Amino acid sequence: MGTTSKETLSSGEILEIIDIVKRIHGFDFGDYTKASLKRRMERIVMLKKISFYDLKHMLVNSTDFFQEFLEEITVNVTEMFRDPAYYKALNSQVLPYLSTYQHVKVWCAGCSSGEEAYSLAILLNEANLSQRSFIYGTDINTEVLKEARKGIYSLRKIKSYAENYTMTGLPGSITDHFTIMYDAAAVHSELKQNTLFSVHNLISDTVFNEFQMITCRNVFIYFETELQERILDLFYRSLCPLGYLCLGNKETIRSDAFRKKFKAINQKENIYQKIGS
Amino acid sequence: MALNSEIIEQWQRSSVLLIGGSAGSFKIIFRMVKSFPHDLNKTVIIVMHRKKNFFSEIEKLFAENSRMLLVEISDKEEIRGNAIYIAPPNYHSLIEANGHFSLDVSDAVWYSKPSIDVTFESAADVYKDKCTAILLSGANQDGAEGLLQLRNAGSLTIAQSPEDAEMADMPKAAINLNAAKYVLTSTDIFSLIQSNT
Repeated sequence: MGTTSKETLSSGEILEIIDIVKRIHGFDFGDYTKASLKRRMERIVMLKKISFYDLKHMLVNSTDFFQEFLEEITVNVTEMFRDPAYYKALNSQVLPYLSTYQHVKVWCAGCSSGEEAYSLAILLNEANLSQRSFIYGTDINTEVLKEARKGIYSLRKIKSYAENYTMTGLPGSITDHFTIMYDAAAVHSELKQNTLFSVHNLISDTVFNEFQMITCRNVFIYFETELQERILDLFYRSLCPLGYLCLGNKETIRSDAFRKKFKAINQKENIYQKIGS
Repeated sequence: MALNSEIIEQWQRSSVLLIGGSAGSFKIIFRMVKSFPHDLNKTVIIVMHRKKNFFSEIEKLFAENSRMLLVEISDKEEIRGNAIYIAPPNYHSLIEANGHFSLDVSDAVWYSKPSIDVTFESAADVYKDKCTAILLSGANQDGAEGLLQLRNAGSLTIAQSPEDAEMADMPKAAINLNAAKYVLTSTDIFSLIQSNT
């Protein structure tokens, strides 16, 4: 047999790290899916070329390291217009209803570096709703929020979303919504002015506003079912009557209790509408 | 290498079959899906490299031609005993110890999402010696490290013989890592999976 180049952590070691992070830094990863968490932690150990004991030591003694750890543990990979069919569905099934509201407040939960929030801003702008809409982007990671607030991405990255954009059926091209400066692309200021990015922890923070739509895509995949249900409850309480909840492409509401509170209006794209009071 | 009783015995003891394939693996995977009996009584998990946004008819085609239940993996999907699961594009699929799948959108591994390595490595932790894993044709080296971790965990690990594969790189990478306990031609792989009945 060959020897693997990868450092592996046992489930006991993973639990020890979770415990340290909770006690010292107040972040609770206890209800995160274990296989993914294990992979992220092993990646840190590999990138930093450290042992499990070094990892524990650094988590206890270095605040700077914890920030780095947090960035690595929380997956911040995102795309603009990821799943074009979802944006098409929003356009045809959700925006016509949202346009009946005087003010449209959208919460983009787990917004990472802002790509999804700005995709929504573009979509709302194309539907002539931007004057009456406001997008709140939240994440637990302060570093990615800085990126989101800047709204400046590499031109190469923005161009890689061109195919997604075209497939949504929106007019023109994705670069029409950016000011290009050499190899950087800055989101147009009229798109940025209706956005606000701030820290919010889905696990420990509570309702902070009432929304017509909440999008939380590819966040639940990292959570165990019980935690998902606690957050579904938070979303339920944060939505106005008949407000919309949009989960990721593969994130279906499985709980019977919440299937009664959220009606699926697009089963394939996991777009739900709050029912009941 | 040809089939022997030791391989057949470990295959028959396996409750899970993992299949990883990339370029040049579609035909053989499709043939496998078609050949599984309705009562294979194993969980089959297929990770095939595929392009995002390309709404392929693969699931439909596979499901129509399979005698077993065939599902595309979604978040927290329960892993059942007699079913075929296919990893969706633009996500990594992981096996959780509590008997569910979980998904992950983190960076591509070897330019691939789904990555075979990611699924195989998480399976090594859970299935250990109850698992058979087959790495097929492909033009990169995804799957080799995962296959090695499976082998170290006691799984039956098989690479398609590079001469037999349309694209030799992927099985070759596994052989170079000494991750494949056996190197078999597609003919032998078919004989093996049919030795169940």
